[in-house]
Amino acid sequence: MQYLLMAYVDEAGWPKLSQSEQQQGIAAYAAYGEALRTSGVMKGSNRLQPSSVSTTVRNTNGKPQVLDGPYVDSKEQLGGYFLIDVPDLDAALSWASRCPAVNHGVVEVRPIWGM
Amino acid sequence: MNACTGDEARSTAEAVARRSYGKLVAFVAARSRDLAAAEDALSEAFASALQSWPQNGCPTNPEAWLLTVARRKLIDMARREHGSELVDADLERVARVATPADEDIPDRRLALMFACAHPAIEAGIRAPLILQTILGLDAATIASAFLMSPTAMGKRLVRAKGKIREAAIPFCIPEREELPGRLDAVLAAIYAAFSEGWSDAAGTDLSRRDLTSEAFFLARLVSEMLPGEPEAIGLLALMLHAEARRSARRSEDGEYVPLAEQDPLRWNAQMIDEAEALLVRASAFGVTGRYQLEAAVQSAHVYRCRTGHANWEAVLQIYDGLFTMTRSPVVAINRALALAELYDAHAGLEAMPDHGGDGRLAEYQPYWAARAELLAKAGAHEEAGQAYEVAIGLERDPAVRRFLERRRLGVLLQGMRRNAYR
Repeated sequence: MQYLLMAYVDEAGWPKLSQSEQQQGIAAYAAYGEALRTSGVMKGSNRLQPSSVSTTVRNTNGKPQVLDGPYVDSKEQLGGYFLIDVPDLDAALSWASRCPAVNHGVVEVRPIWGM
Repeated sequence: MNACTGDEARSTAEAVARRSYGKLVAFVAARSRDLAAAEDALSEAFASALQSWPQNGCPTNPEAWLLTVARRKLIDMARREHGSELVDADLERVARVATPADEDIPDRRLALMFACAHPAIEAGIRAPLILQTILGLDAATIASAFLMSPTAMGKRLVRAKGKIREAAIPFCIPEREELPGRLDAVLAAIYAAFSEGWSDAAGTDLSRRDLTSEAFFLARLVSEMLPGEPEAIGLLALMLHAEARRSARRSEDGEYVPLAEQDPLRWNAQMIDEAEALLVRASAFGVTGRYQLEAAVQSAHVYRCRTGHANWEAVLQIYDGLFTMTRSPVVAINRALALAELYDAHAGLEAMPDHGGDGRLAEYQPYWAARAELLAKAGAHEEAGQAYEVAIGLERDPAVRRFLERRRLGVLLQGMRRNAYR
């Protein structure tokens, strides 16, 4: 089973951190990614640019409408994801609970729609 | 194969259905993770059994027969969904549901119960889900036991089964540290099943009587498999106390007998002894909980009725502890009744929860019966009569309805006499 772990975090928090705190944060995510790879469950991962550089597109009356900003305007935004392959939800939740994002945000666990 | 008549085949199939439904569903679903499909496949297998067994004879191992047919149904269902070509995932799923070679089907019910009580499942639907999957109760019966509309219950059950399948919630007994939280939902479901069976006081409804014995089976199973959990032991003690008084709730001519008027000699002393021993064993862990406290209330009632020594202060103390723990309006009602015994009816009435704040309370028969009882004691005959009337309107058991009707007439007569003497 593949699951997408989506890290929703308060974007305003990151710039407020000191340089050494930011380095610690980067190191924590790097270690987490390494653990996922070593265990052979990692399928893919990316950190996202902040939602201030996000753009949404939808079709309105047959015309694509492009808007500045994220889809949902909330304090916590999708900041990155990990795609993992594990046997079941408990294994996915166990990995989610180790993700550094649970300490400064929330991790949503979604199963991938198997084709 | 033994030849058997249509009636025999039918009763064998029904007996197997009652005895093995949960076990077979748990076995199939534990492999396929698809509860809804497991239930569908097994109900079709039971239907086939009712057609085939009268003509071809009852199989020597009915469970294995049903499992083989259910497996075939699963393949048919996968074909219907994906066309004639089975996708790999389907084949793999069906292959895992093969009948075990030794024909001894392992009992995966506890694992299924814990899957249903998983924290990823909406809290309010965990207990109903266990009842449906393990005991095969229909959504309407479960809905009434949980004070919920059947349509809403049906939708939520379907959604929960979908989540187990799509999110791949595992069928396993949780690790030590996760166990207590997950166990709560399992125990709540067993108790709900027991209460549903216990409400059939006359014991004439065969399916409900089976519900009681299934609940006992599940409670014993859980307390044996998890011997370090005092609440599992407490639940079994509570159920034994209640079951010990089952038959004393009816007189020889089928009329309802309230606790205070029951003959303690008609109680099952063996069950009470076992319940008391279990309570002692549970308390040795030094961790109290809802079920241990509720069992302690029953234990106090038994002591009072057997000895005639009023112990309402002790009962009130236990209810205080229970209310702090659960905030349950049902506990609040019982606490109010204990207060009325200890002090007077006004103290009880003051402590009664307000049905205006909780719509379900307004439809809860014991609330109105308790209110009527207290109003009658306080001398408010007319109001008491009205409350009895609502209680009668909400009660489904004819014997209890007749009892409430006698009480209602009693207070109305009292009221008339008082007016006549004015």
